[in-house]
Amino acid sequence: MKTTQILIAGFGGQGVLFAGKFLAYKGLTENLQVSWLPSYGPEMRGGTANCSVILSEDPVGSPIVTAPDVLIAMNLPSLQKYVDTVVPGGKIIVDSTLIDAKVERTDVEAFYLPATQLAKDAGFATLANMVLVGKLMKECSAVPFAGNRQTLESFIPAKKANLIDINCQALQTGYDF
Amino acid sequence: MAERVLMKGNEAIAEAAIRAGCRHYFGYPITPQTEIAAYMAKKMPKIGGVFLQAESEVASINMVYGAAAAGMRVMTSSSSPGISLKAEGLSYIAGSDVPALVVNVQRGGPGLGGIQPSQSDYFQATKGGGHGDYRMIVLAPASVQEMASLTIKGFNLADKYLMTAMILADGTIGQMMEPISFEDAQIETYEKPWALTGTNGERKHNIVNSLYLKPDELEVKNFERYERYKTVEEKEAMWEEYMMEDAEYCVVAFGIASRVAKNAVVAARAEGIKVGLIRPITLWPFPTKPLAAAAEKVKSFISVELNMGQMIEDIRLATGCKKPVSLCNRCGGMIPSPDEVLAAIRKAQKGE
Repeated sequence: MKTTQILIAGFGGQGVLFAGKFLAYKGLTENLQVSWLPSYGPEMRGGTANCSVILSEDPVGSPIVTAPDVLIAMNLPSLQKYVDTVVPGGKIIVDSTLIDAKVERTDVEAFYLPATQLAKDAGFATLANMVLVGKLMKECSAVPFAGNRQTLESFIPAKKANLIDINCQALQTGYDF
Repeated sequence: MAERVLMKGNEAIAEAAIRAGCRHYFGYPITPQTEIAAYMAKKMPKIGGVFLQAESEVASINMVYGAAAAGMRVMTSSSSPGISLKAEGLSYIAGSDVPALVVNVQRGGPGLGGIQPSQSDYFQATKGGGHGDYRMIVLAPASVQEMASLTIKGFNLADKYLMTAMILADGTIGQMMEPISFEDAQIETYEKPWALTGTNGERKHNIVNSLYLKPDELEVKNFERYERYKTVEEKEAMWEEYMMEDAEYCVVAFGIASRVAKNAVVAARAEGIKVGLIRPITLWPFPTKPLAAAAEKVKSFISVELNMGQMIEDIRLATGCKKPVSLCNRCGGMIPSPDEVLAAIRKAQKGE
């Protein structure tokens, strides 16, 4: 009976929803029960966005993640808003290029990686989201790292297939950090 | 295992409708259900169907009325304020005894309200909305899979009983993605003797109308209609029971609220509180049978809703007010957390 509740939060335009979508499809490939719930509203590029993903061996109850096992914070307001909701023993993955602050809680594990900088240096500046997801996959065993390409191929439309390679690289960058 | 695909709840409704044979969609965009129209706009032209964005909600429901009168499987979708605009058409469709599917992906109200999820159109859906004596079959999906299966069921029931079936969903289930499969889809078809197939110079013109100026004729029409509604009440109520076998307290919740409530029931059981859940899947007909049975054995009911407690009236009617009903609710687009529901269960146990 294993359930992982994931919350990804940041600015609109950072790929918060896509990152969640990837994890949801990854769960689907692994035959898990999954749910993906975006925040929706009058949000736009630059506004706030978040997304709840649940990966479980059992049917998913509420799809709304109010107490995440893992939080990916892609900006400071998101970290401040959700840091206290993470369950004790949970994990917080912080994009340290964009967030100066440290997690003050001692009952959670925090991982800092300059995802935005790493993505920029590697030539895929828009994929900090996937760098962070790569790190999540390293630190949390909800889904295996193998088979990422197949998962991406399963939902990225053919006309954008050229983006699959760099998404794989971004995941690897985060995983190896 | 059946092949599973990930879909948004709104998309699942649209895909299920197409699979059910719906080739006519008329709508007008409104958050949080616009994906239904977007999906239809993309798919319908490819399969010889009609997607039409009307000039207003009033126009779109009357286009539904027209297509239904012509014998087509037809639907429209909207969200709360848009459904209010469609109310006149809903009444005309009921008064003409033609089948249609209407989707309401609810948002907070009243008025223009907000765009976050809500269940505050319960009264509107189950008690009328439009004028006159009429009913709609109201189906309340709690998962993306049910968004699809109840859409198909809705078309079947609408055709079977010559009435409107409404999918009463909410913004959360509309926007979320879950894996679904269409493998078990059971699509039924019914004779439509009023359908426009050409008279061949033999059949008389068929006039579909809701106007009866002679009161005795109108009365007979209403009596006949309610005979049909009686059959629906007897045969078509659907519900899910969860951990009710030994339950001393019964949570009643539908749609997204039932998902949150289920988490709370599991948590309460872990604390040793004997609590179960009855989830109405049809809101009309309301599942009176399991609630009446529960009233014989539980100490109290807890209604969990995203509104000010609209379903409580139906719980009290179903149970003959035998046991107290408390309310655990949020509204305006807010959703209770499992902890809030758990607190309400604890309170019920203390008899508060």
